[in-house]
Amino acid sequence: MFPIVLLSVFGIALLFLGFLKSKAILLPATLLFLLITLAVNFLDWNKTYLYFNDMLRTNNLGMVFTAIILLSAFLVVALSGSLLENEESQPAEYYAIILFSLVGAIMMVSYENLIMLFVGVEILSVAMYVLTGSDKRNLRSNEAALKYFLMGAFTTGIMLFGMALLYGATGSFTLGGIGAYSAHSQGLSLLLYVGLLMLLIGLLFKVSAAPFHFWTPDVYDGAPTIFTAFMSTVVKTAGFAALFRLLSVSFVGVYGFWWTILAIIAAITLLVGNVTAVYQNSFKRMMAYSSISHAGYLLIGLAALGALTKQAIVFYSLAYSVATISAFGILLLVARQRSIQTITSEGVTSENFDSFNGLARQNPFLGFAMTVSMLSLAGIPLTAGFWGKFYMFSTAVERGQIWLLVIAVLMSAVGIYYYFRVIIAMYFRDGATEAIQVAPFYKYVLLAATLLTLGLGIAPGLLQGLF
Amino acid sequence: MLTLFLILYPAVAATLIFLIGGERIKQIALVAALVELALAGYAFFVFTPDATSQFGFDYPWISSLGIRLSAGIDGISVLLVLLTGLLVPFIVLSTFNRTYKQPATFYALMLFMQAALMGVFTARDGFLFYFFFEAALIPIYFLAAMWGGENRIPVTFKFFVYTIFGSLFMLLALVYLYFQTPATDVATHSSAIADFYKLKLTPEAQNWVFWAFFIAFAIKMPVFPFHTWQPDTYVEAPTPATMLLAGIMLKMGVYGLIRFILPIVPLGVETWGKTAIILAVIGIIYGAIIAIRQRDMKRLIAYSSFSHVGLMAAGVFSQTETGMQGALVQMLAHGINVVGLFFVADIIFSRTNTRQLDQLGGITQSTPKLTVYFLIILLGSVALPLTNGFIGEFLLLHGVFTYNHYLGLAAGFTIIFGAVYMLRMFQKSMFGPTSSRTESFADLTTSESWVFIPLIVLVFWIGIYPHTFLKVTEPAVANLMKYIGTTAVSMK
Repeated sequence: MFPIVLLSVFGIALLFLGFLKSKAILLPATLLFLLITLAVNFLDWNKTYLYFNDMLRTNNLGMVFTAIILLSAFLVVALSGSLLENEESQPAEYYAIILFSLVGAIMMVSYENLIMLFVGVEILSVAMYVLTGSDKRNLRSNEAALKYFLMGAFTTGIMLFGMALLYGATGSFTLGGIGAYSAHSQGLSLLLYVGLLMLLIGLLFKVSAAPFHFWTPDVYDGAPTIFTAFMSTVVKTAGFAALFRLLSVSFVGVYGFWWTILAIIAAITLLVGNVTAVYQNSFKRMMAYSSISHAGYLLIGLAALGALTKQAIVFYSLAYSVATISAFGILLLVARQRSIQTITSEGVTSENFDSFNGLARQNPFLGFAMTVSMLSLAGIPLTAGFWGKFYMFSTAVERGQIWLLVIAVLMSAVGIYYYFRVIIAMYFRDGATEAIQVAPFYKYVLLAATLLTLGLGIAPGLLQGLF
Repeated sequence: MLTLFLILYPAVAATLIFLIGGERIKQIALVAALVELALAGYAFFVFTPDATSQFGFDYPWISSLGIRLSAGIDGISVLLVLLTGLLVPFIVLSTFNRTYKQPATFYALMLFMQAALMGVFTARDGFLFYFFFEAALIPIYFLAAMWGGENRIPVTFKFFVYTIFGSLFMLLALVYLYFQTPATDVATHSSAIADFYKLKLTPEAQNWVFWAFFIAFAIKMPVFPFHTWQPDTYVEAPTPATMLLAGIMLKMGVYGLIRFILPIVPLGVETWGKTAIILAVIGIIYGAIIAIRQRDMKRLIAYSSFSHVGLMAAGVFSQTETGMQGALVQMLAHGINVVGLFFVADIIFSRTNTRQLDQLGGITQSTPKLTVYFLIILLGSVALPLTNGFIGEFLLLHGVFTYNHYLGLAAGFTIIFGAVYMLRMFQKSMFGPTSSRTESFADLTTSESWVFIPLIVLVFWIGIYPHTFLKVTEPAVANLMKYIGTTAVSMK
């Protein structure tokens, strides 16, 4: 609960800081706010509280997810220095919106009542719509924002409808109430199933699982890179935390009904994400499809809901978020300094793989950091991503869903193809000769992300105490 | 604890080499590799020949899942540890007359590779094994793709995707086995390989676990028809990387067969072992025939290696003690021979700028040392009695013959074919009139000689007194056979 209050206050404070002439204080202030929130988050460790008339419940799992979200936000903000250089941008507003959106994300990981889930989803989403369109002069950014908003608003409606149906079936909006109802295995109202399905559609849209993924590539591509990084990590983590909470508390009784649906969606998501990613020429669009495919891996854990799922989702979210942010951070540097943005047929810019040509030779550090994050996303040992996949696969093996795993394994092999395109470009192709400047602070952030990925890859037990 | 040093030391040395850099990096790398050889040699000679695992260490790793950092050396690992320790210094020494760009990275990657390989051969935990199995791939990928030939990018990429693809199936099998181990209230499941041995899997499960493992190892070795990545990769990779690939890395596959498939899924082996042997025998003959047709020395050696490894796979699946012993000794022997042969190819290439047999010839006129060393290594590879190849091939063929006479006969062609392509290679390159490229061929330098001399000592040592090596593996192999026997019988 503390993080929600603090972030709201800090967000307003940031807006006021925006009145200052110098923008220099904004970034350190935001980082400080995030650090304070991160520290305060753990005050309630090992305690369970209910807040706001039982609307929110804090527990260890929620705090761990909150920590991952805050950490992701911290990394993204730390890499967002370019916002300050741009004359037209309004960094104070952006940072404030980011802080406010985190309030929504944290509600999504600790809700106890469906209404709170809805409020959380909306707070997060509205912030995302705004950030997507924040590059006002860029037509593609505008288009992306509009697309995201229209589709998002539509799914919000479906989700709300689903909640209403669930209320009709169970007479309750609370997770516990719905759980108690669905625990009776017989004589359940049809409304429950329909409501659950509609609610799932809403959340699966947010985490960009197929077939609700169509917005993802356009929005990721159109949004300014730094917000793409935010969107692909924070939204996804919050979405999966919300899904996990919903399914593990309220709908365990009807597991038999929804696991096949989720498993099939997972399979489709894996296929769509990985296969389409192979055909992309733009790095950002590739990352968009890669993000879809990671939703597929995470869904495996949900479809095989069991003792290991919690651990698997936490670990996977963390591994995925850190690697993704690091990749986008490097893209940001390279794209800005090499001005390699090419004009596509629509007259707008996109960052393609060629921009990374020869990067490892000019800047071995960036090459190494990017390699680690790509290896992690591909799930190669020595990196955190490997253990993420490992835990995911373990959940499904425990449930005996071998067919799903065979698909996942095949798709992992496909994944190597497009992640390695970046590595090949960096190490084995000749490219621009001018060196890439990296500010020291930027470098430390990337270094921290890389070390975290490697550290968790070698000693995954480090996270042990957290779940 | 010795095992821990064997794994950690090269990794630390690699990091230091990477950081130090500078002119004398070759010498530093050589010294580093020699220290590892001393450690491995010590482990080999101090090893007590029985069925236990020695010099081990055991720490918790992911305690919530019962996964442990556990490794040690037993009779099956010991030869491979020796091989890994032995070959790397000679591979480093073989590069002394060559300059590679970014030498610090180059040697650091080689030592990282060595660390991972040591881990593979000593791991006692299934997931630790997998971890190292994959970790070995990353350095070799960069070695091959950064310093390789013209076509290196697509070729090494294919190699990488192929092997990862296979390994992922192994991961599935390992996770499955993990959940089959009994979990109590006190302890979780276990991923110790020893616990996998105790499992009594249903025949259906054994069948798919067999294939999941087999695909992973068959791609690594490679066994027909999973070999398509191999010749191109061997040719495109820089020679030291090819030596690592052929000399040590392909042994990971054979080792995996012995360590995992035979004891864990004996019924799977009973059902599918024959298919596996037939594939291996096809590989033996097919590889040999293609080798005969090759003009490029490196490609020829690559196919010969494909052919030889097929025999090792067949020997393992014969499920006989001689076959298994043969596979172990042959892994050592083949590693020594193939590194020698690739080095010869590299020397010839560095002086003439070609590896095409029809552009060579007459080298022997000016190179007494090279001729003698090349011939000895070559005869070892052809399996002449008194050389290392003979012991291994004899035991392997004996094993396959015991399993099935016809398959044994077919596999026996390897000796005839081997003699054909090897002697043809020797004849075309070394004898006959000199060509414009070989007119002023200089004999070996001191550092080059020092690569060959120890290898040749080993060729004869293994060939004349194999007991040194067979005696250490014997109890472990006998123990393994017992496992195969009891599990198979109790299931019936």
